[in-house]
Amino acid sequence: MTAAGILQILLFCAAVTAGAIPLGAYMARVYSGERTWLSPLLRPVERAIYKICFIRPETEQHWTAYAFALLAFNLVGLLVLYAVMRVQAFLPFDPAGQSAVAPDLAWNTAVSFATNTNWQNYAGESTLSYLTQMVGMTVHNFTSAATGMAVLVALIRGFTRRQARTVGNFYVDAVRSIIHILLPASALMALFLVWQGVPQNLDAYTAATTLEGATQVIAQGPVASQEAIKMLGTNGGGFFNANSAHPFENPTAFSNFVEMAAILLIPAGLVFSFGRMVADTRQGRALFLAMGILLVAGIAVCYQAEAVGNPALSRLGLDVTAGDNAPGGNMEGKEVRFGIANSALWATATTAASNGSVNSMLDSYTPIGGMVPMVNMMLGEVVFGGTGSGLHGMIVFVILAVFIAGLMVGRTPEYLGKKIEAREVKLAVLCILIFPLAILSLGGLSMVLPAGLAGMSAPGPHGLSEVLYAFTSAAANNGSAFAGLSGNTPYYNSTLGVAMLIGRFLVIVPTLAIAGSLAAKKIVPPSAGTFPTHGGLFVGLLIAVILVVGGLTFFPVLALGPIVEHLLLAAGTLF
Amino acid sequence: MSIHRPREVSLFDASILKPAALAAFRKLDPRDLVRNPVMFTTGAVAALSTVLFVHDLSAGGGHVAVAGQIAAWLWFTVLFANFAEAVAEGRGKAQADSLRRTKTETLAKKVAALDATGHQPVPATSLRAGDLVACEPGDIIPGDGDVVAGIATVDESAITGESAPVIRESGGDRSAVTGGTRVASDRIVVRITANPGESFIDRMIALVEGAKRQKTPNEIALTILLVGLTLIFLIVVASLPAFAAYSGTVIPMVFLVALLVTLIPTTIGGLLSAIGIAGMDRLVRFNVIAKSGRAVEAAGDIDVLLLDKTGTITLGARQAAEFIPLPHVGDRELAEAAFLSSLADETPEGKSIVTLARARFDFADPAAGSAITFIPFSAHTRMSGVDVDGADGITEIRKGAADAIIRYVADRAGRTPGGHPKELVASVERVAKAGGTPLVVARDGRALGVVHLKDIIKPGIRERFATLRAMGIRTVMITGDNPLTAAAIAAEAGVDDYLAEATPEAKLELIRKEQKGGRLVAMCGDGSNDAPALAQADVGVAMNTGTQAAREAGNMVDLESDPTKLIEIVMIGKQLLMSRGALTTFSIANDVAKYFAIIPALFLASYPPLQALNVMRLASPQSAILSAIIFNALIIIALIPLALKGVTYKPASAEVLLRRNILVYGFGGIVVPFIGIKAIDLVVTALGLV
Repeated sequence: MTAAGILQILLFCAAVTAGAIPLGAYMARVYSGERTWLSPLLRPVERAIYKICFIRPETEQHWTAYAFALLAFNLVGLLVLYAVMRVQAFLPFDPAGQSAVAPDLAWNTAVSFATNTNWQNYAGESTLSYLTQMVGMTVHNFTSAATGMAVLVALIRGFTRRQARTVGNFYVDAVRSIIHILLPASALMALFLVWQGVPQNLDAYTAATTLEGATQVIAQGPVASQEAIKMLGTNGGGFFNANSAHPFENPTAFSNFVEMAAILLIPAGLVFSFGRMVADTRQGRALFLAMGILLVAGIAVCYQAEAVGNPALSRLGLDVTAGDNAPGGNMEGKEVRFGIANSALWATATTAASNGSVNSMLDSYTPIGGMVPMVNMMLGEVVFGGTGSGLHGMIVFVILAVFIAGLMVGRTPEYLGKKIEAREVKLAVLCILIFPLAILSLGGLSMVLPAGLAGMSAPGPHGLSEVLYAFTSAAANNGSAFAGLSGNTPYYNSTLGVAMLIGRFLVIVPTLAIAGSLAAKKIVPPSAGTFPTHGGLFVGLLIAVILVVGGLTFFPVLALGPIVEHLLLAAGTLF
Repeated sequence: MSIHRPREVSLFDASILKPAALAAFRKLDPRDLVRNPVMFTTGAVAALSTVLFVHDLSAGGGHVAVAGQIAAWLWFTVLFANFAEAVAEGRGKAQADSLRRTKTETLAKKVAALDATGHQPVPATSLRAGDLVACEPGDIIPGDGDVVAGIATVDESAITGESAPVIRESGGDRSAVTGGTRVASDRIVVRITANPGESFIDRMIALVEGAKRQKTPNEIALTILLVGLTLIFLIVVASLPAFAAYSGTVIPMVFLVALLVTLIPTTIGGLLSAIGIAGMDRLVRFNVIAKSGRAVEAAGDIDVLLLDKTGTITLGARQAAEFIPLPHVGDRELAEAAFLSSLADETPEGKSIVTLARARFDFADPAAGSAITFIPFSAHTRMSGVDVDGADGITEIRKGAADAIIRYVADRAGRTPGGHPKELVASVERVAKAGGTPLVVARDGRALGVVHLKDIIKPGIRERFATLRAMGIRTVMITGDNPLTAAAIAAEAGVDDYLAEATPEAKLELIRKEQKGGRLVAMCGDGSNDAPALAQADVGVAMNTGTQAAREAGNMVDLESDPTKLIEIVMIGKQLLMSRGALTTFSIANDVAKYFAIIPALFLASYPPLQALNVMRLASPQSAILSAIIFNALIIIALIPLALKGVTYKPASAEVLLRRNILVYGFGGIVVPFIGIKAIDLVVTALGLV
């Protein structure tokens, strides 16, 4: 590790925190329907949308109606996206002449973007037309992010409302998320990216002659507009196959820094919004702290593993220490422009949040370095996590932590004045259960089926990691890939699609049920006998529950994947 | 008053352990086991591993010795859990048996109507609610009911352990009688209120035996969590062979099931019902009957405690503190009149007046010959006193409440009440303001002055309220006193709030208001007019001496009729929840060490470097797995005392409790199995069991 590297990481943490606090305050006002400084501009747009779509914003929904609206909205979006991909050859804005996307790939991709996963079994520049990128990918980047945010807002209302039947209106929450939060932020971000050199055009690919005299086709297109929401909406689906390692997606060190910060900005901001909306900012701070500690620990482990590098190289007498002219450590699969610190930081941040974009190739990481992103996702994407989905997943863990340890204060456990009873525990357990079910059953299946084994590019524990990573990423709706795995096969396209759907909607529905159940309850005023959920003790407890419940589930498979690979590496065996 | 607590049964009483050991086997019945999903899973796994062992034995598999031991320890795990439950039930059973003895077949004297003279002998078990029975001295009261005619002393020692007989009479607030108690004097007619099998004793027996125990809300929620964790670990274990096969390892089935059982929360799963039964048992030991476990659990959640002033916060009896004569009356004159009027007064107030007068003026007992007629207190006149037949005729001395005496004075003078001296009113008000009760003394139709009867705050009650405050529970004093008096006593006793001039409606209203604010309210009461409030409160403790209506309305009955016991009930409720939470935390924290024992053991053959994860340096893969399984079984036995006695509860704020319990059961739960498994591994290896 270098001083410069550590300094950049600290600067990154400071920048995210500094941006998240005011953004959190702004978002809290938006969801509470209060005036903001952007209201004069955006309120008319919001109202126009309600008019056009026959939405009655004052109509409140029971959680079942809310869930139904959400599922219907996403289903229609998924089908439209699938259709667009299948017929893109007949549609305009296709200078590169892309043909129809194959059915299994189109299914996988449509599910992937509808679930905010953005797992990519395709290369954007050679598969999708500009129109598909714009009305398909970019639009879903907005709607899937807004879906997660809506679920979170409904869940927060569960805590703030007393003896209420309803949890809000899905359409209003989704529209407000897009109009007041995602659109303005993305517009700013896109302008910034264009300034940094990201293309934004509808031109045909440029054929250039290289210095060697060879012909190179340079892909381009409306990149900046998609890149902005790709980062802000924790989507991560790149315009190009190389994702943010591609110079047109991420041209400079400055753009790299801002894009990284953008990954965590809204998820972190929502934690502060949560504190404001439940009228106790300490609660938001406590969750922010728990997430922050897990994030920094992940960054430290990943950075350390990558900075030390591969012991096999040092045994060969190669110098892997960092110097003025040498990055040291493990540079395989990393952009020379970004180096180890920024790559490890990106890898950790992108998997902590459910972003999934990459600026380096994780398949080439050291076993431990590559395990950090995997563990981040296995914990359930609750370390900031996806827009909205990260915090609502975290709140499910909070409910479990409060229930497990809360009994120890001699009262029925309660969080924010709401009693945690059988129904909430049942639903929370369901949310937690879905995750290992999807990963371990489908992952295990792939370990024995020839179609699953065929996708691996490496033998031994590294191959296991590739498959495990893929299903973890899909179920966690992250979308980052370990690379190496040949995922564009009918087998992986369909099974990963299933994992994504399970990981998304089978968690959202019980979460909304929790919201409905909580909203119907009374609020117990706090007293000295109330379990305190804002102090350091609770933060520690929450982290422990996340690590024990979330982490221990995957300990056996991790032992067979990255852990044993690490131990074998130390013993001199490579894969 | 002497209270005989039931004998505290020792944890290791052979009379309980022996039947419990047998019951542990009886409880292997799958129909019983299925009530406890974690133990049912363990039992199923034990059966499976036994089949595997037998198969291995005949086929000559590689791990026969270890497989046999694992199967045996899996059975032990289930047996130990059953044993824990049986011990908890056994402790209650000892009490149930003594209760059951009161239920011996008695003949009831059924009467046709209240005024009927004869009676018809019928078996007590044939009585239905609404039947009338006559009870004469020496009779066992055949069932729960209300006295509808007569007054009698009743020996209730069979259920309360209290040897002094208590008075039960028709009408009023002391009309309820309990089946199984014995009439000591006089004849009463009782209207039976409970059908056979639904009486108090029946409920009590069912409670302490845990036979008809229903799971409480928290217990249900906890069971759901445990089922969820079991399912998660089932997924983990079931998918593991696929990952292992890819890694070139074939995990023997018996090792796989061993992994499953060590991971699922068997510790809390095995002790959960024992904790619940023991909690009820503790309550019964305090002579409180809860009609449901739900109420006991709710007691732990109480935010507001409504307490009657008299008998709870203050001693039931007030004490004379001061004589306040009217201007034209001497100190001594008032004191003497008060002294004489109280000589034959056996009430604590009367006695205290005598004591105070003696202390001040050294009065002697009146000469034996003097003719003094004691006029006892009557509800009609609301006065008591004496008629002294002296040389100059009969002197009437009366004492009583201010309004009663004023009316008496006016009556004597033959005029309507009113026009009483200002000074008297001033003195009466002064006493009331100070939180006291004014008692006016009059002689021959002339008011002499006021005796200040002071409410005496129970010693130590202030500290108890401070404790409750630290626990986050607000105390509200309920009193019929005027606001001034109430405020003075509230301040002295250290309660947080008071409800003065409380009517039953005001009480009910207060409970509703608190509940609307999301708070849980506990109260106790005895009278019929308390019944609505008792029913409305989340925890309503009825006094056993109270009316049947009150006893039906409350969800607990205190057999000793001690209102301060609410505080103990709250603590028992909290302790119950804490015990569950502590063992759940402990159980889950245990998994860390078990992983480090078993995972390297399973895969060592394929990946020797995994030895690095064997941080406990366990001797061999077989010994590691066996040690983890043995630890998993033994920890249940080791924690039975904790489950039965409950986690130590010292009243403190939630934050302090949490810190302490996380340290003990959270960190302890992580560390203990590392030590335990290592120790067992050393023994297992030394004995050559693998």
